[in-house]
Amino acid sequence: MEAASVASKPVARRPADVARDLLSRFGLIAFLLAWPVGIVVQDLSRGEGLAPIANLLVLGISNGAIWALIAVGYTLVYGIIELINFAHGDNFMLGTFTAFALFGTLGLTLATGPLGLVFGLLVCLLASMVVCALNNVMIERVAYRPLRNAPKLAPLITAVGFSFILQNVGVLWFGSSQFSIPDLIESRNVLFEVAGVTVTNSDALAIGVTVPLVILLTQFITRSRIGKAMRATAQDPEAARLMGINVDTTISFTFLLGGLMAGAAALIYALYQTTLWYFAGFQAGLIAFTAAVMGGIGNLQGAVLGGLIIGVIQNISDDRLAAKWTPAVVFGYLIVIMVFRPQGLLGEETREAG
Amino acid sequence: MTARLDELRRWRYFNLVLAVVLLGLAVLLPYAFDPRASFMNNAVLALAYVVMALGLNIVVGFAGLLDLGYVAFYAFGAYSMGWFASDFFNRVNGEEGFHLGAGTFASSLPGIHLNFLLVVVIAVIICAVVGIVIGLPTLRLRGDYIAIVTLAFGEIIRVFAFFGDEVTFASGYTLTNGRDSISPVDQIDLPLLNEFDSAFSLRPYYWFCLAMVAFVLFVNFRLRDSRLGRAWVAIREDEVAAASMGVPLVRTKLLAYATGGALGGMAGAFLGSYYNAVNANQFQFGFSIFILAMIILGGLGSIWGVVLGAIMVSYINTYLIPDVFNRWAQDLNLGFDPTQVTFGIFGFLIVLVMILRPEGLLPERRRKLELTEGVGTGEDIYEARA
Repeated sequence: MEAASVASKPVARRPADVARDLLSRFGLIAFLLAWPVGIVVQDLSRGEGLAPIANLLVLGISNGAIWALIAVGYTLVYGIIELINFAHGDNFMLGTFTAFALFGTLGLTLATGPLGLVFGLLVCLLASMVVCALNNVMIERVAYRPLRNAPKLAPLITAVGFSFILQNVGVLWFGSSQFSIPDLIESRNVLFEVAGVTVTNSDALAIGVTVPLVILLTQFITRSRIGKAMRATAQDPEAARLMGINVDTTISFTFLLGGLMAGAAALIYALYQTTLWYFAGFQAGLIAFTAAVMGGIGNLQGAVLGGLIIGVIQNISDDRLAAKWTPAVVFGYLIVIMVFRPQGLLGEETREAG
Repeated sequence: MTARLDELRRWRYFNLVLAVVLLGLAVLLPYAFDPRASFMNNAVLALAYVVMALGLNIVVGFAGLLDLGYVAFYAFGAYSMGWFASDFFNRVNGEEGFHLGAGTFASSLPGIHLNFLLVVVIAVIICAVVGIVIGLPTLRLRGDYIAIVTLAFGEIIRVFAFFGDEVTFASGYTLTNGRDSISPVDQIDLPLLNEFDSAFSLRPYYWFCLAMVAFVLFVNFRLRDSRLGRAWVAIREDEVAAASMGVPLVRTKLLAYATGGALGGMAGAFLGSYYNAVNANQFQFGFSIFILAMIILGGLGSIWGVVLGAIMVSYINTYLIPDVFNRWAQDLNLGFDPTQVTFGIFGFLIVLVMILRPEGLLPERRRKLELTEGVGTGEDIYEARA
């Protein structure tokens, strides 16, 4: 269709083509902005000012910071071996369980003093990061590496299988129902308030942990030797191997990095939500995957951006629709993006997503 | 050359005879058990799952499109039973109800009550349409992305089933009953036969389901050997090559989704009637994996393999885990109930099969080649546009 019209009229661009170009470039942005802008207009017309939407924005961004950290794991792995690491979300769930178990071991309670708390939580953070990272590397070794030359369907299926295995490890660990954990950081306490916009302890924690981690990660990937190896492997594994890069180690390392981020997200999540559940990982995984696709899978900044946007959308949906419809809303966004712009906001065209 | 042909022909007859003997044994099987035995219950479920697995096998095994939202078809099949063969729409026709070929008991109840065969036809049509709707967005995508989009659809449908009791239409009806069952659902009542009664005997259900399996097997074999079946396999092996050989990608893929969905809907309607209740909790994501485990264990794309896999996985689910493993766990004092980790066991099974024997227990020859020698794994750099 396109080829024919170009051949007959090489220079003139029809308005329809221009419109299509604009749509493909800005369509997704417009689509994502539509709901928030609609709400702003609605609030203003009701005379409620900008405070409600600003509050939702803060909540959404801090919530989205967790998704961003998980999404980074998806996007790194996808960028390098074009596989959706389905078990990633459940790995994250095991991280939340590890953090909670450590609260008990370290004796962190509501009565713990501020210095002990900060130190204890740092230990928890490191521990859950390490556990998630090692777990992720183990999964790669056991489930994905033997199938690297098999059709794409095979590792994806083992990934789904592993997701269920991890879920049931969680069930055996802390049972199959949701449970509350001590609210160590008094997460809903207002830290400060500016012009009607409240920032709680949990918001500060989420952003305070995520921002340095993401900056560290980007610097690591762009500056370090092994980061360079990762980028080379992502571009062309064969050529990277010929250049003397150990592709297997590089891939393991990518899983390690993804796991570290998921572990950090796990501790934030545990302190933020204070309710844990073995199935939360699966849901979080899907949400984070949506974020990764929204930003453009394989793109680090995209994953972070996508995570923040999904967080905001979720909070808007919780507030204006009803919390129970939020999963359906998120999946609706996922489908629409995958169908109309599979390369996402910042991504390039991949082989997978024409 | 002719000797080889003769050999092949003999194999074919041998297979045919074997199939007929197996079917004959399956028909006679219920006489060996009490009509209400739990074995009969397990057998009926296994047969229903065979139908489902054969449906999913068309999508995943034949056409190579990984569908992780197959539970959607179970949901739509079961809900067509819930909508059109129960007192769910109890104010229809001035609380008199609407009846068409319904059994004598059902004919006295309010609500819509259609004959089971009519409901199956409706379920098949609904699910074929849903299959196309789910399939349409995935046409441009491949591999993992298809899996995620189908999964997302399945989850959306689950959310709507779950909270459907809060979606109200103008006339005051809700979409579903949510976590409260739509119950009772009519028992199967076939023309010329007595009404089935699961409280009295499970045998009619067993035979009916066996007939359904035989029908679906026939459909599967005919489809596999048809032009369409070859087109599915061609797409699975290499989409670009298939497209350039003139296989219409859009139509072929959509037909795979529609056929697979229709079979899932058929089994879903049957299970709705058999369980006598339609409940949103039945439609979890895990169910899709349960069915997927069947076709992977048996052998992707292999019809007899899928039958075997479905029976085995269903047996693991209904007998081995709750009875045998549970006893072991108690004897060994493991301190947990193995039914809690049912899906972990299936996950483990999937991983194990995929790594040790990716072609499954009864492999299909072509598929085995693909999976073990990596046919069609070459870099698909060129994008086929549907």
